[in-house]
Amino acid sequence: MADEPEGSPSPEPNVPAGPQASTTPPAAAKPAAPVAPAARPAVARPAAPAAGDMSRRGFFSWAAVAWVGFTVAIGGCVTAMGRFMFPNVLFEPPTSFKVGRPADFASGVVDTRFVDKYGVWVVNDGGRIFSLIAICTHLGCPPAWLDTQNKFKCPCHGSGYYKSGVNFEGPTPRPLERARISVSPDDGQIVIDKALKYQYELGQWEDPNSFIPA
Amino acid sequence: MIDNLSKSITKSQIWKSIFRVGIPTDNRKRALAMLGNVVLHLHPIKVKKSGIRMSYTWCMGGTAFFLFLLETITGLLLMFYYRPTVEYAFVDIVDLREAAAFGIMRELHRWGAHAMVIAVWLHMFRVFMTGSYKPPREFNWNVGVILLVLTLLLSFTGYLLPWDQLAIWAITVGSNMARATPLLGNEGPGAAFLTLGGQKLIHVGSDARFALIGGRTIGGATLIRFYVLHCVGIPLVAAFLMAVHFWRVRKDGGISGPM
Repeated sequence: MADEPEGSPSPEPNVPAGPQASTTPPAAAKPAAPVAPAARPAVARPAAPAAGDMSRRGFFSWAAVAWVGFTVAIGGCVTAMGRFMFPNVLFEPPTSFKVGRPADFASGVVDTRFVDKYGVWVVNDGGRIFSLIAICTHLGCPPAWLDTQNKFKCPCHGSGYYKSGVNFEGPTPRPLERARISVSPDDGQIVIDKALKYQYELGQWEDPNSFIPA
Repeated sequence: MIDNLSKSITKSQIWKSIFRVGIPTDNRKRALAMLGNVVLHLHPIKVKKSGIRMSYTWCMGGTAFFLFLLETITGLLLMFYYRPTVEYAFVDIVDLREAAAFGIMRELHRWGAHAMVIAVWLHMFRVFMTGSYKPPREFNWNVGVILLVLTLLLSFTGYLLPWDQLAIWAITVGSNMARATPLLGNEGPGAAFLTLGGQKLIHVGSDARFALIGGRTIGGATLIRFYVLHCVGIPLVAAFLMAVHFWRVRKDGGISGPM
């Protein structure tokens, strides 16, 4: 395009010309619209390069716009499809719930009443009442409390935990996690919130929100 | 009379429109008959003698494809009975064994799936040991690796569908690995850096695992997700890649053997 003379005469489609000259100059010299109807009869001659209104540069400009538009549209579609896979509403049990009054939990007992419904044990170890989340810290299976053996045992790979939740056997690398626990000022019931977790190895079991005094 | 009848049939427009070449009497016509028929053209016109030596190829690629077809057909039949909801999934699986005719369709599907994984591994083992992954077949080896992954993903997604204890906890364990995805998993390396104004962008409710299982724990959303992926999503991709794979086998010099 660089060697094309500036302001070259308006195209004459009827005149066979070389590849350079066959391209019409860009927008400036573009009174091509009136020329085009006049050129219509020439369409009958297939040999004539029917340049129409569009220059080479114009064609590639529009092609670039089209490609950018196409890419943006496809990108938007892919993004929308990706977002579609993330649900906005979950039909999962609430993470926060009430389990009864502190007096309901006898000293030294692991309470298994809430495991099926909420996935937590409530343990009274004599000094503190705390809530252990019933998810194995190895790979996420549900351990079981074995009263006769005085331990939590995971059926998937055999990880074992003491009543406190500290691991002592099997492949698990760390203790069970404890959930936030508090006493509701309204009715004196214990409120457990599984969304807030306390990890032993981070020293969080001394956090006052991780237990209530028995 | 029979001669006349057969002639009137083979000269009819219907017959000729289906069989364009006629009785193949020479090699050219045999080749044309193969090329002009959509079913026959799937098979190469010429096969090298070494290509059908079982001791060399083990026919494991063909076996894997056969098992894929078996899985497609039996799986399609299972879909007439199985409902992918928490309420029905398990009882439907039991019914497929206890109440459906023959009671073996689900077993065929299950054992076929095991066999397919084994066949794919053996196929890759053979291809590796005979050096058939070398140029110009290196592209096809990579297609094959993707097909291996898709085979394993088909098994993984199918694993959840019986909705028994084994299924749920196996998928719990398996999908927990997605937590460790770099950048996209909430426990993965780099995820902690993706924050916006102090808010974590990648958390348990927004990471790769969340999108995979459709929630924070394995549940009804996971079941329908894995069902769709198992029955439609992954098979479509696998079928497309198999077409590429088989086409490249032929373009890269035919079934394995010296070039």
